[in-house]
Amino acid sequence: MSETAGASVLRARGLSKTYGKDAALVRAVDGVDLEVAAGETVAIMGPSGCGKSTLLHLLGGLDRPTGGEIWLAGRRVDQMSEKALARMRRNAVGFVFQAFHLMEELTAVENVELPALLAGRPPRAARRRATELLDRVGLGDRAGFLPAALSGGQRQRVAIARALANEPVVVLADEPTGNLDSAATVEVLRLFDGLHAAGQTLVIVTHDSRIAATAGRMIAMRDGAFIDETRLTGGTRGDLGALAGLDG
Amino acid sequence: MGRILLACSLTARGLRRRPAAAALLLLAITAATTVLTLGLVLRGVTSQPYQRTRAATNGPDEVAYLRAPAQAAALVRAPGVTGASGPYPVAGALVRAGGLVAAAEAEGRDQAAAAVDQPKLTAGTWVRPGGVVLERAFAEALGVGAGDRITLNGRWFTVTGIAVTAASPPYPDRCAAGCVVPFPPGARGWRSDVGVAWVTRPDAVALAASDAAPPAYLENLTLRVPSRAAALATAYDAAHPGGGAPFLVPWQSIQAADTVMIQAERQILDPGAWITGLLAVASVAVLAGGRMTEATRRVGRLKAVGCTPGLVAAVLLAENLVVALAAAAAGLAAGWLAAPLLTRPGAYLVGAPGAPSLTAPDAGLAVAVALAVALAATLVPAIRAARASTASALADSARPPRRGAALIAASARLPVPLLLGLRLVARRPRRAALGAATVALTVGAVVAVLTFRASAAAASHAITGGTSGPGYPVFARDEQVLTVLTVVLLTLAVVNAIFTAWATALDARRPATLAGALGATPWQVGAGLAATQLLPALPGAVAGIPLGIAALAIANDGGQVTVPPAWWLAAAALGTVLAVAGLAAGPALLGALRPATEILKAEAA
Repeated sequence: MSETAGASVLRARGLSKTYGKDAALVRAVDGVDLEVAAGETVAIMGPSGCGKSTLLHLLGGLDRPTGGEIWLAGRRVDQMSEKALARMRRNAVGFVFQAFHLMEELTAVENVELPALLAGRPPRAARRRATELLDRVGLGDRAGFLPAALSGGQRQRVAIARALANEPVVVLADEPTGNLDSAATVEVLRLFDGLHAAGQTLVIVTHDSRIAATAGRMIAMRDGAFIDETRLTGGTRGDLGALAGLDG
Repeated sequence: MGRILLACSLTARGLRRRPAAAALLLLAITAATTVLTLGLVLRGVTSQPYQRTRAATNGPDEVAYLRAPAQAAALVRAPGVTGASGPYPVAGALVRAGGLVAAAEAEGRDQAAAAVDQPKLTAGTWVRPGGVVLERAFAEALGVGAGDRITLNGRWFTVTGIAVTAASPPYPDRCAAGCVVPFPPGARGWRSDVGVAWVTRPDAVALAASDAAPPAYLENLTLRVPSRAAALATAYDAAHPGGGAPFLVPWQSIQAADTVMIQAERQILDPGAWITGLLAVASVAVLAGGRMTEATRRVGRLKAVGCTPGLVAAVLLAENLVVALAAAAAGLAAGWLAAPLLTRPGAYLVGAPGAPSLTAPDAGLAVAVALAVALAATLVPAIRAARASTASALADSARPPRRGAALIAASARLPVPLLLGLRLVARRPRRAALGAATVALTVGAVVAVLTFRASAAAASHAITGGTSGPGYPVFARDEQVLTVLTVVLLTLAVVNAIFTAWATALDARRPATLAGALGATPWQVGAGLAATQLLPALPGAVAGIPLGIAALAIANDGGQVTVPPAWWLAAAALGTVLAVAGLAAGPALLGALRPATEILKAEAA
């Protein structure tokens, strides 16, 4: 759909996902083409049920497409085995979910270090990296807290730290502020802004235009297909509070 | 009335929603009730076959063992004696059949039927010159039937028939109530088990002559008041001290010796019923826990439309109690039908003992135990579910997991499957403990069987001195009972392993899916879920070894048991653990293969 200036790290061609058949056929994703350059932040917007989350799951290898191709970091992923997909998710993708999906019996730091442990990193190195990431998201003093003892915004910051644990090629965020109040939304927006500034590739699915405004490119989606694309020069730099409807 | 109907309707719908789970629950409780019923039925079965045999053979009230035929005259004339047969000459005989050697009392009989104690033929014909009739248990132990040829003290005889009697306990307990077998020289130092063989009078006398030993004699008596037989025998024996013949054996002593096997079986079945019951409780607890996890949202909906916590608890309880009632009925029927197979020692008397009686209190007890098993396992989860807040139930929020900080820290150093497995175990420590207990009981049962085999072999060797004698019906029957019990226990253990793996897979859906989303491969997730069964199974298996040996020692009235070779025990423990791992792998892999998006979306909803 769009040409990007930098090297492409994530690419989809003719991507589709259908459920059911005949009269009950549902096209959740319908012939989507997408190219995301390294360091780019792309926001995908659309109403509930338009296929945004399904698209994100397809891009991240959580679900398999019915048709089309997906390339991540130069490798075609839609034909990978489950094992290879898991390795790809482990090393190249970081997920941020609307519902946080933290392990409730693990502390913040244990949650953040988990992807590194699953990747076979030494426990000490995993813990060191997790501690650094928690410091980076401003939760260094909450490392030993269980998720139940954290606010919604803090939980999402832990989830973002977890997504970064294995230094992924791309972070896929599914309605990252959907469960947050305005103040917490600002916290998360700041974090994404920082990640963007640091050159992290981001794909954010949202129906909130304020979040979309933080991206370099915004794609509108409806009925499983892309219907519009807007390049936003300048992105979010500056007045996040105003964007989020707050004073700062 | 309306509320009861509503509860019944909801219960029926709840059962229909999960037919497989209901079937497994039915199986678990049925197994427990079957074993319990067997134990209860055996309690009342002991007297029936003997009494029937007494009636069918005109069994004696007293059996008199005499040194000389003349000693019979005074007994026959004694007050209260109403009938007699004998005196019959009795010779000690060394029996050789095939490669087996055994001792027997050869009783010389008339070819005509006797008025008192005419053994009832179950095969072939009665004695004739050169022919021998063997008591049924003895013939089975020797492996011979009508028409076979055997030797008695070196003389060839044809087995003309097989018969049962009420004048003597079956092999090998012929001498348990009393006998005067004059062992032939070749049998000296031979094993103490003695069978009975009926030959003609001249053949018995000839057999005694071949040993250069005078025959003993046997007189069968009937009394006007049979119940006084024991008192009469005591008085007679007191008047004839010395330990040898003459002495009297009352029918009560013969009956008591006859029930030795059934008593031995009850010694195994009684603790077996308890162990089976405990396993059933474990099964039902795991199953009920799993069902409650699934039922959370349903509970929320019921409460949202106005069901009171009491009604919700009643519905959840009723789902399990209805199954328990059906299982109790099935278990009662199965136990009642299976009991004759275990009481076949009684069939060494007359014919098959028939269906043992099942009294109303026994049936009531079995039903009560089945209901108690279901109640004990489901009451707490049902009340907990009923008391949960409607909002959280509607949100389908699972019971919060426990946090085992030490295990979480320790698992960080382990390979991914063990890391996941250990953390999942730490989430549900009670379920892990239940799994360990189940495996301990299963390994314990297997070890008990192995220990019994080793002990029986050692006891048999000690008695025979390594020579080849016929098998021991008591050992064979006990082993059969233990094997039946083990099969029941293994079935329950299999059901338990599947239940636990299934419940764990359900409970671990979200963490397992998250692990997958964070990069764990399906194999790692599946192996992690299987490890949740394997990790508690290991200590359970180790604990089961001493448990099984101790259980058998207790069932043996604290007697000595022979510990089987270490590799037998290791194989039993390892085999059970591997079986648990194999059984857990199925549900675990099914859980691991569920699409991640489906679960993540459901959790987010």
